[in-house]
Amino acid sequence: MTSRTLRANPKLDLWVRFETKGRVTVFTGKAELGQGLTTAIAMIAAEELDVALERVDVRTADTADGPNEWITAGSGSMEQSATALRQAAAEARRRLLELASRKLGVPIPDLEVADGTVRGGEAALTYWQLMEGRRFEGDVGERAEPKAAEQHRVVGRPAPRREMEELVTTGGRFVHDLERPGMVHGRIVRPPTYDAELQGVDDAGVREMSGVLEVVRDGRFLGVVALREEQAVAAGEALRAAARWTTRPLPCGEDDLVERLTANPRQSLPVIDGAARETDAPPLLPADPATTTLSARYFRPYHMHASIGPSAALAEQSGDTITVWCHSQGVALLKPSLAQVLDVEPDTIRVVHVPGAGCYGHNGADDAALDAVLLARAVPGRPVLLQWSRQDEHTWEPYGSAMLVDLRASLDAEGTIVDWSHDVYSDTHSGRPMPMGETSGLLAAWHRDPPMSRHPRRPSTGFHSGIHRNADPLYTFRRRRIVKHLVDDLPLRVSSQRGLGAFANVFAIESFMDELARAAGADPVEFRLRHLRDDRARDVIEAAVAKAGSTPDGAGRGLGFARYENCKAWAAVVADVAVGDDGVIRLLRFSIAADAGEVIDPDGLVNQLEGGALQSASWALKEQVRFDRNGIQSRDWESYPILTFPEIPEVGTVLLDRPGAPFLGAGEATQGPTPAAIANAVFAACGARLRHIPFTPERVRASRPA
Amino acid sequence: MAGFELTVNGESRRVDVDPATPLLTVLRNDLGLRAAKLGCGLEQCGACTVLVAGESALSCRLPISQVGRREVTTLEGLAEAGGLHALQRAFIEERAAQCGYCVPGILVSAAALLAWNPDPDDEAIRRQLADQLCRCGAHPRILAAVRRAARELRG
Repeated sequence: MTSRTLRANPKLDLWVRFETKGRVTVFTGKAELGQGLTTAIAMIAAEELDVALERVDVRTADTADGPNEWITAGSGSMEQSATALRQAAAEARRRLLELASRKLGVPIPDLEVADGTVRGGEAALTYWQLMEGRRFEGDVGERAEPKAAEQHRVVGRPAPRREMEELVTTGGRFVHDLERPGMVHGRIVRPPTYDAELQGVDDAGVREMSGVLEVVRDGRFLGVVALREEQAVAAGEALRAAARWTTRPLPCGEDDLVERLTANPRQSLPVIDGAARETDAPPLLPADPATTTLSARYFRPYHMHASIGPSAALAEQSGDTITVWCHSQGVALLKPSLAQVLDVEPDTIRVVHVPGAGCYGHNGADDAALDAVLLARAVPGRPVLLQWSRQDEHTWEPYGSAMLVDLRASLDAEGTIVDWSHDVYSDTHSGRPMPMGETSGLLAAWHRDPPMSRHPRRPSTGFHSGIHRNADPLYTFRRRRIVKHLVDDLPLRVSSQRGLGAFANVFAIESFMDELARAAGADPVEFRLRHLRDDRARDVIEAAVAKAGSTPDGAGRGLGFARYENCKAWAAVVADVAVGDDGVIRLLRFSIAADAGEVIDPDGLVNQLEGGALQSASWALKEQVRFDRNGIQSRDWESYPILTFPEIPEVGTVLLDRPGAPFLGAGEATQGPTPAAIANAVFAACGARLRHIPFTPERVRASRPA
Repeated sequence: MAGFELTVNGESRRVDVDPATPLLTVLRNDLGLRAAKLGCGLEQCGACTVLVAGESALSCRLPISQVGRREVTTLEGLAEAGGLHALQRAFIEERAAQCGYCVPGILVSAAALLAWNPDPDDEAIRRQLADQLCRCGAHPRILAAVRRAARELRG
């Protein structure tokens, strides 16, 4: 059946072109975020078309060309884009062979293709000779049959990463590195707190500063444009000093967050078979007294995406058209969102994805795009490169939502879980800009005059979406009750962060499984396997345990497992840790196993799994957005520390390749299992049960039995 | 504005800028050397690391007026006459990057280490890179790449 991606983008020409002699251009509507997308896409194209990998050029998300694939998120690039491109490339090859057969007078089965040259008997024609500069007409359709797994020569094998040589010689090409003739530089000045009101700003002095071209003020949106970057920085600082604000306190500080999550008004929906239902949530009934019943509460604070590079965008207004180069994950959604804010026709705007620093979800990329456009409109004809400051990034990005998970489960006399209850409390996980009514998801749109209001918050009901992502465990229980609570009036701006609700839900579930196993007197691995009916899940857990081998002396070992969204990649993480007398957790080794269906680029997949585990470990051990009623206090890397090189464990990964099986998204698969693996390992090492992230030494010491 | 004579990647370069302009800004915007990145502008993340007189230095707040004629080496200057530096080859070989934004600074910092300690143990490599932040979790690959380069350099 034709995929949603191909139904929306049926034309073959959107996916494959032979425009330049000796080169193949393939398109994806997804963005290269550092996940290695272009490498995997090129491998698939080379495989299906029988051309050398080096001949393949990959063009990524651009609203002016190629397929519209909405957004690069939810671990969907391989499942959606790569699957569609494989079909498109197979169709291109089928047509080229048909053409060659006619021209050479040789039946298709007697043709051979090597690196873009089709041979039939003594004669040969290249793809480029066959195409004669023409482009494909018509649809991808379903006539072509992609190659069978046993014919594969490129995919599933190690390949060079595409952008590496450029990266290590010239530093790559990020948004921040773009240059255009006449380019000037922009900086913005945000309010000191979310709801601060601008009382006034005397910008006369700023306008006189060296190199300053324009001071932009629109409501409480403030920015400067200057000829040189350091001039923009200096003018931005001067403008900040010149602005007078009235601040309003946040509704609460971090100390009250746990209470707010359960006490604030909320909308509660039951989750059944992975999806939320618009009906009343079932009450939590008393447990059967004949069972052994455990309850526990788990917490994650707000976390930052905390990209190493500041959010940035290059914008240029030329006549009535605007072009924006930015690192948004969703250029196709950003284009109409910008048009809505600016009140212009969407087709007057082109948005091109250019890599930024890794984003791991919805960070400041989209906001920076609007900021850059607002500055560029003040200096028509001049491209403006806008970069946020580190403080802009740390204090204004939309964070990953804080979450609270209450679990209760009952064991029968055999140690089998017979009753399971999961209540998860959180703000939304979807704050992305969408062209939606009169509201906007873009920061500057809320600050301009007149301000637009924010997107309304609604509990999502989709399969494993938002708050309830991975709230419904893969395990088999006799009874389960799962309720999601979308909580109102929480203090900080939030949106999608890698894994969404799965990070806290899996942390809670997999920690609780460890607690239950111990209550049942069972081995935590065996206990999980006993509650799983899914063979690929069992294989993954067993592979991770085998990979881990014997536990190092003095270490504690813990396991965490999940199938992402219960329909994407399976992943298990085994953590070995040592805990010092001071309560410091030392990560010794992570052993990871994953089944992501057919593997295209093994190295890229391993990178994603390991990177996800280490990032998640950083969230779990060290990270929380600090804030009090005066505002956000995590303003730089000292007030928001992340995991560093001396703290990195050894990491080993085993892939369970399934040639011929569908690709399954894996970019977020280790996010949830990792904190549970660490917490369970800490318990094994010293008896401290950690249910509150981050796992600081103080918490370890306080949780440790005397 | 004032004129400054710099030695960058073995060449004499002259720029006319405000004396307070950070070296990073001059490298990127005046000399077209964009490998060193602006990460924080606060000397906290290491993305802007370059070599000044052979030692690894953060360039995001270093005023151009304080650089003098000390030799500045950026990632672009790391490659040798015979081709890529062993570290560059090792990073390609190990695919030691995800988004890659931190990699130029890390490469330069690692080059400074290998220049004075050709046989660093794992702890020495980690210590050298302790202030270089990576958010993608590419650390294991990066450590492996530095080890590989060190082995190769020792022959």
